[in-house]
Amino acid sequence: MMQLDAEKQMRRRKRKNTIFHILFLSSTLFGIVALALLLIQILVDGLGWLNWDFLTNNASRKAEKSGIKAAIFGTLWMMSITAPLSFIIGVSTAIYLEEYAKNNWFNRFIQTNIANLAGVPSIVYGLLGLTIFVRVFGFGKSVLAGSLTMTLLILPIIIVASQEAIKAIPGSQRNASFALGANRWQTILRVVLPSALPGILTGSILSFSRAVGETAPLIVVGAVAYITTLPNSVFDKFTVMPIQIYTWANLPQEEFHNVASAGIIVLLLMLLTMNAVAIFLRNKYQKKN
Amino acid sequence: MFNSWLRKGSIILTAFILLFSLAACGTESEEQPANQGSNEGNELSGEINIDGSSTVFPVSQAVAEEFMAIHDDVMVTVNLSGSSNGFKALIAGEIQIADASRQIKDKEVDALKAEGQEAVEMPVAFDGITVVINPENDWATEMTVDELKKIWEVGSTVENWSDVNPEWPNEPIKLYGPGTASGTFEYFTGAINGTKNESREDYTPSEDDNVLVTGVSGDKYAMGYFGFSYYVENQDKLNAVSIKVDESAAAVAPTVETIKDGTYKPLSRPIYIYPVKSALEKKEIQEFLKYYMSEEGQALAEEVGYVALPAEMYAENLSLLP
Repeated sequence: MMQLDAEKQMRRRKRKNTIFHILFLSSTLFGIVALALLLIQILVDGLGWLNWDFLTNNASRKAEKSGIKAAIFGTLWMMSITAPLSFIIGVSTAIYLEEYAKNNWFNRFIQTNIANLAGVPSIVYGLLGLTIFVRVFGFGKSVLAGSLTMTLLILPIIIVASQEAIKAIPGSQRNASFALGANRWQTILRVVLPSALPGILTGSILSFSRAVGETAPLIVVGAVAYITTLPNSVFDKFTVMPIQIYTWANLPQEEFHNVASAGIIVLLLMLLTMNAVAIFLRNKYQKKN
Repeated sequence: MFNSWLRKGSIILTAFILLFSLAACGTESEEQPANQGSNEGNELSGEINIDGSSTVFPVSQAVAEEFMAIHDDVMVTVNLSGSSNGFKALIAGEIQIADASRQIKDKEVDALKAEGQEAVEMPVAFDGITVVINPENDWATEMTVDELKKIWEVGSTVENWSDVNPEWPNEPIKLYGPGTASGTFEYFTGAINGTKNESREDYTPSEDDNVLVTGVSGDKYAMGYFGFSYYVENQDKLNAVSIKVDESAAAVAPTVETIKDGTYKPLSRPIYIYPVKSALEKKEIQEFLKYYMSEEGQALAEEVGYVALPAEMYAENLSLLP
């Protein structure tokens, strides 16, 4: 009798395990299949339109003459300011909060707010950028205003990711450094940062990818949808790839939807390159440590 | 370890800076010969910034593209942040021309006045808002304004097609329409329901008209409305409803002819550009507007799916130039 019960229970537990196994597998497949379908659809629509002319032409009312040149350069200009600025400010903030800040109400207040800021919808940053950078500071609807808005947008994410990376360094390593007579700055530079770097880089580059893909805040800040000149300085007008893609996808003509797909392929390639750099850097520094 | 990283980092950074300065040089040297070439024939230069309705955007973009092909020292930018945001930018002095799919509001006129400015209204083309049904729908190919109102008015009790007309199928109507911020929504509700911006709310709204096209083309019992150009591009997937102003009137289908001669009523509407008066003094803006109103400009408006106005309306726009 007892043996029968135990067997029954065993069977039930095994069945439960199988059910959850299938459940989790199908959750995983759901995401992968959806992504694969999306990619296939985009590749089928867009590949035929992707050629050298597409990369070197500007937008046009004619689908076959349309290109993404101004948008590629606009995105590069924007990221050349956003990436270094948000990285320097973000990592510095994380170092301050993790290594220097005392556990008092003020620092807890900052900490909570940073976490909250990471969840603010991007359009709100757009409105902030329009008011502060475009109108109050008088930068106009320029590369600079757009870049600073994007910096604000991704800063909280970089800070949180860097903090997590720094937190993961065991206290014993810091203590060992202190015991050898190093001060706090030396410890940060020689012990904490080198070990935290892979995590910091991964978080940062994922945030940069987000900045590259954002549309809404830049439409508000005034990146234009149609422009044929490239920026010559940070005070010039510009457009970025997601805005160009959004504009094409909204047009009634079927051909423009394919042009939009070609734009998405270029954007995806840029994002994948950035992510590949992140993975490469992470692996490189992980091995060293 | 970290020092070597710093060293490599600075090398990469320097490489980046070099790359960008090279890119900057590259574009400058590319532009110089173009500058010299354009000196013969025209001496126009400057910047024209346009923002506003996404409905007007394709026309302004097409005109800007061809205008810049003739005057390559003039830089024209066009944006599509919506009619209201376009007027806000005009008031803030950030642009010289606002695109609008509706007329300027009194409070926007007042705000411009407070800045010592004035906007000049120029209709540039007609758009016929098109009511569309699925090609398999063979009962509602003609509808009166009253029937449309019965379906779309606030608090409408219409659930099935048979609630509109007992002869129609007893199947639920699926409604698709633009979002409430759209100029198309404002005009349609004004013309059909009698009060602007008031409509039943239980329909599927989208700011992207292509979503509406997909919705209606995939469902036999669906119905929706959007700009004429989206219908023209999707005639194989959709049918347009012919509209009767009242029970006794003839049903009129939206076509280039009926929209142009005004027989497609009441859903034919003009779209506008609003240059700011002070900018009209500038030679490049004058030339741009002249080109916009020229026969080439009208052809461009038709090419992107709108209907040109009667010639005298363009002549009237041009008479507003100093």
